[in-house]
Amino acid sequence: MVTTRADAEDRSERRSAVRTLLRLWPYVRPVRVRLFTAAGVAIVASCMSLVIPLVLKWMVDGPVADRDPAGVWLGALCLLLLGFAEALLFGLRRWLVARPLAGVEAGMRADLYRHLQRLPVAFHDRWASGQLLSRGTTDLMLLRMFLAFPLTFLLVNSVTILVGVIIMLLQDWTLGLVILIPAVPVMVTCVIFEKRYADVARRAQDQVGDLTTVVEESVLGIRIIKGFGRHRSQARAFRDLSGTLRGTELRKARLLATIWGVIVTLPELAIGAALVLGSVQVADGELSAGTLVAFLSTALALRWPVDSIGFLLAMSQEAATATERYFEVMDEEPEGHQVATAKTDGTDLGLRFHDVRFRYPDAPADSPPTLDHIDLHIRPGESMALVGATGSGKTTLTALVPRLHEVTSGRITLDGRDITAMTREELRALVAVAFEEPTLFSASVAENVLMGAEDGAGEPELERALSVAQAAFAHDLPGGTGTQVGEQGLSLSGGQRQRLALARAVVGRPRFLVLDDPLSALDVHTEAAVEAALRDVLAETTALIVAHRPSTVLLADRVALLSDGRVTAVGTHQELLRSNAEYAHLMAGTEEDGR
Amino acid sequence: MTATTATAPDKEQPAEEPPKGGDPFDRDVLPTPPGATAALLRSLLAPMKARVALTTLLLLLQQAAVQAGPLLVAYAIDSAVPAFRRDDLGPLIAVGVGYLLCAVVSGALQYAFILASARVNQDVLLDLRGRIFRHAQALSVDFHERYTSGRLISRSTTDVESLRELLSEGLQELVTVILSFVYISAMLLWLDLGLGAVAVASFVPLYLLVRLYQRRAGRVYRLRSTAIASVIVKFVETMNGIRPVRAFRREAANDADFRVLNTHHERTNGDALLEMARYVVGSRLVANTAVAGIVLWGAHRVAGGTLALGVLAAAVLYLRRLYDPIDRLGMFLNSYQSAAASLEKIAGLLAQTPSVPEPREPTRLPPLRSREHPGREVVFDGVRFGYRTGGEVLPRFDLRIPAGQTIAVVGSTGAGKSTLAKLLARFYDPSDGRVLLDGVDLRELAVAELRRGVVMVTQEAFLFSGTVAENIAIGRPDATREDIERAAKAIGAHDFISSLPDGYDTDVRKRGGRISAGQRQLVAFARALLADPAVLILDEATSSLDIPGERAVQRAMSTVLQGRTAVVIAHRLSTVEIADRVLVMEHGRIVEDGAPAELIAGTGRFADLHRAWRDSLA
Repeated sequence: MVTTRADAEDRSERRSAVRTLLRLWPYVRPVRVRLFTAAGVAIVASCMSLVIPLVLKWMVDGPVADRDPAGVWLGALCLLLLGFAEALLFGLRRWLVARPLAGVEAGMRADLYRHLQRLPVAFHDRWASGQLLSRGTTDLMLLRMFLAFPLTFLLVNSVTILVGVIIMLLQDWTLGLVILIPAVPVMVTCVIFEKRYADVARRAQDQVGDLTTVVEESVLGIRIIKGFGRHRSQARAFRDLSGTLRGTELRKARLLATIWGVIVTLPELAIGAALVLGSVQVADGELSAGTLVAFLSTALALRWPVDSIGFLLAMSQEAATATERYFEVMDEEPEGHQVATAKTDGTDLGLRFHDVRFRYPDAPADSPPTLDHIDLHIRPGESMALVGATGSGKTTLTALVPRLHEVTSGRITLDGRDITAMTREELRALVAVAFEEPTLFSASVAENVLMGAEDGAGEPELERALSVAQAAFAHDLPGGTGTQVGEQGLSLSGGQRQRLALARAVVGRPRFLVLDDPLSALDVHTEAAVEAALRDVLAETTALIVAHRPSTVLLADRVALLSDGRVTAVGTHQELLRSNAEYAHLMAGTEEDGR
Repeated sequence: MTATTATAPDKEQPAEEPPKGGDPFDRDVLPTPPGATAALLRSLLAPMKARVALTTLLLLLQQAAVQAGPLLVAYAIDSAVPAFRRDDLGPLIAVGVGYLLCAVVSGALQYAFILASARVNQDVLLDLRGRIFRHAQALSVDFHERYTSGRLISRSTTDVESLRELLSEGLQELVTVILSFVYISAMLLWLDLGLGAVAVASFVPLYLLVRLYQRRAGRVYRLRSTAIASVIVKFVETMNGIRPVRAFRREAANDADFRVLNTHHERTNGDALLEMARYVVGSRLVANTAVAGIVLWGAHRVAGGTLALGVLAAAVLYLRRLYDPIDRLGMFLNSYQSAAASLEKIAGLLAQTPSVPEPREPTRLPPLRSREHPGREVVFDGVRFGYRTGGEVLPRFDLRIPAGQTIAVVGSTGAGKSTLAKLLARFYDPSDGRVLLDGVDLRELAVAELRRGVVMVTQEAFLFSGTVAENIAIGRPDATREDIERAAKAIGAHDFISSLPDGYDTDVRKRGGRISAGQRQLVAFARALLADPAVLILDEATSSLDIPGERAVQRAMSTVLQGRTAVVIAHRLSTVEIADRVLVMEHGRIVEDGAPAELIAGTGRFADLHRAWRDSLA
């Protein structure tokens, strides 16, 4: 998490905001016609408000001065029509972009979700889900707002300012120049402000992230904090971080206050100067009163376009950061679809590891590989238990079979076919897995279990799987097997979740079964019952079972001993118990020779 | 991510939970006492009364300075120009100086106001964040088990964030809008009663529009926030369960599910944007009509000589300013809607009272008898316990554990073993009866004292971000590196920790910090060892350990922790071997109680269990 953030910061130094934002084009392309039309409409509407002072001028210098009631009516009618047109055009602009921009946001989110689901598991190991989520929510919202406002209004306001300035210069070029004087200092301030503000804003964003981490951990680890009475030190850490955040936020406020101070004062000074000069000219008869009124209204009408440039630029900067964060994830390579051409040896049945070596992609290159020289053959219909000390690489080895991680070298074959020679879809249909951490999704019990089966599997398959996993408790839940479970449903105990995960693994009668310590959370009675039922299932599949306990090992025909990432012994439980000191140590707790 | 475990819900409880929808927790609507939201807001702002007043004053003055501009224009046209024609420079100089002053003063006040309001906002947020955090920490484990972690996290992040938006942008907007409405109306009325009255009259349709928008947008926004919440849940669930998603080829099915949720959000999102578009059109129409009307009438009167030209000019300039902030009013309403909803949820959370309160006048534990006997006696005296949702887990329970005794509790899922452990750790209080530690009711002990006395190690071994050493030191924050290493060695965790990239200083959340479930449990044990409690509770604490790991734990208990009182809950009978005494529980009652050898020799349930287990070792 921390490292990725630092990476992103480096990158933002190098890449310009404009170039980053240009990457949005593919998503904007489908709605470009509406977006550009909307911008055009906004320009017209915005310029319309500049015409209003001209009508006023005409009225003041013409009908009002001439005391012509009909002319007054005509002028007012013009104003009314202009007002209607302006209102409707602004509405039209919003109507044009509302649905398309919601669509762009949704499209980008769907793409992100789709892409994330297909990124390697190693990527997910590195990235906290919260970091991914903020890219899929707040960042995309920022982008939608960028497309709706800053992108359009940077253009619209520039045109409006240009037109307004031309109008003012045409009316009275000296007054126009006076009005223009503060433009340069205001712009310079905006540019300086934008840069500094972006830095502080990014820092505040990161500090909010750190604060969130403390909150998250204090909730997830509540039993430990309470158990050790550490809530005070946790609260202190929280207070320190939130105090720092307050400091950063106040620095942000100081920058903001400065820019607003400048933006409020300078143009107002110019208008004041124009007023005095204009009054002198009116008094001297060089300028009509109507022109002065029109001039001042125009200057006032330009206040918003000028003022807003600062925050429009700030929003654009934020949008650029959001784009960067979005593409940081989208640029990651997903698992490939390409299928390697490898020779198939039809006689080499079962699950086989051929000199497999594995090192985590993010591990330092000089560290020893997690798994090395793994040669293992599980014959068709055979069950192999995988035993090894804590941290010997058992779970990692099981993750290689469904290709959740890719072997660094060597290969794995299923019935003679290299697993890289089939699509992942095909491979994962062949291999069913039950993980050590039993995860249930927010769906009914039945749906959770039937996920492991082919489409169209129904009640009979479900019943069989539940009975194998001794998960009949599902029928006693408030809604039976239709009960919602997972984060949004009923919370089940570790043992209950483990049994449902096991049911999910066996429901599809897979040819190959990988079970990672599938019975760890079960009590002795339940474990015995599950084992009895599992025996029948295992009789017809080829299985690899990670085991910590003799009772689980006894489910298997043979045992492989994994020691520091290598398979050091293979044999039956009894054989290894007699001949292998490390195995005896692991299984029966006898002391190893020489220890 | 690698280092976190999913929160394991209480083992015994779920079966008694009522169906979804019957419990306020399931719907994320905590009972909020009437007026709690307003009371919360008041209590947050009360300590800042003076500063809020100052901030408001700054804004009042600032707006006065800003709104003086058009008045000066009127004065310039109607008085200064004629005066200038009479070679009287005074009024014109006054206009110039006045405008200069207004500009500088309004700029300076703007600066001061932004700073002052930021201070108030930040202090309110600091206060609120702290309150939520402390309150969440004070609430019992029972509460945390029912209120999912995700909700608590969103209370202190997104909900606080929406209040921040309201405070930092929305509220300022609102006050500015109201102030400028008041000032400008007053100015217009003062300039010309008739023109002012027309402007004020236009507020009626505007007010109706705002109300209409508020009602319609409120509905759409609620729909949208529900829609995005479902999107978020689906998203997080998928990413946290990416392994099973992959292994069971859920990608395409998930894409389809997500499309439904995402499209629903897209639609409500579009609805919200269109609602805003309607509001903008409506308010602009009213505003522009009012401008045209006022100009028409004003121009007529100027033409008729009953109104000065400067007054009309000033009125027109004021009108522009009057109607400009209407769009912003809409935006304020948006942030107000979402902040109000968030604040209500926060108020609901803060209204929860801790069910395990700290005593006001704590009793002290008697001193330990001696260094050689660091254990304490535990007594369950007529304890009954049932969950709030009904269903009694422990029907009247009596148990005495002499100081220094190690007892093992076995029994099937739902027998009440974990409840026993949680009552002893005071994660819950009994519905009836007392739990005594050396004769003192746990409810009368200060938290610090209780936690020095009783430590519990559970199955879920959560690691906090930070180094391995820091994680162990949670057991005793003042421990030296030697103490930490000694604890790790005693539990057999030293070897794997040393082999990590930076040894004890390895960050558990960084690359290369992959720590397996078994290793996490060892770290949790080292933590408990370091805390050196008088009473140690192990609740399924060895489920992910292999047999040597379990042996190391047992060795540590018979050496480092010798003489401590220990309660061991285990599915594995290997753990039971070190116990002095075994309790077999069934439906919240003790059905067998005796020394292990005694029970094994008998014919009861434990003898059966033990036989089955021995067979598996053969």
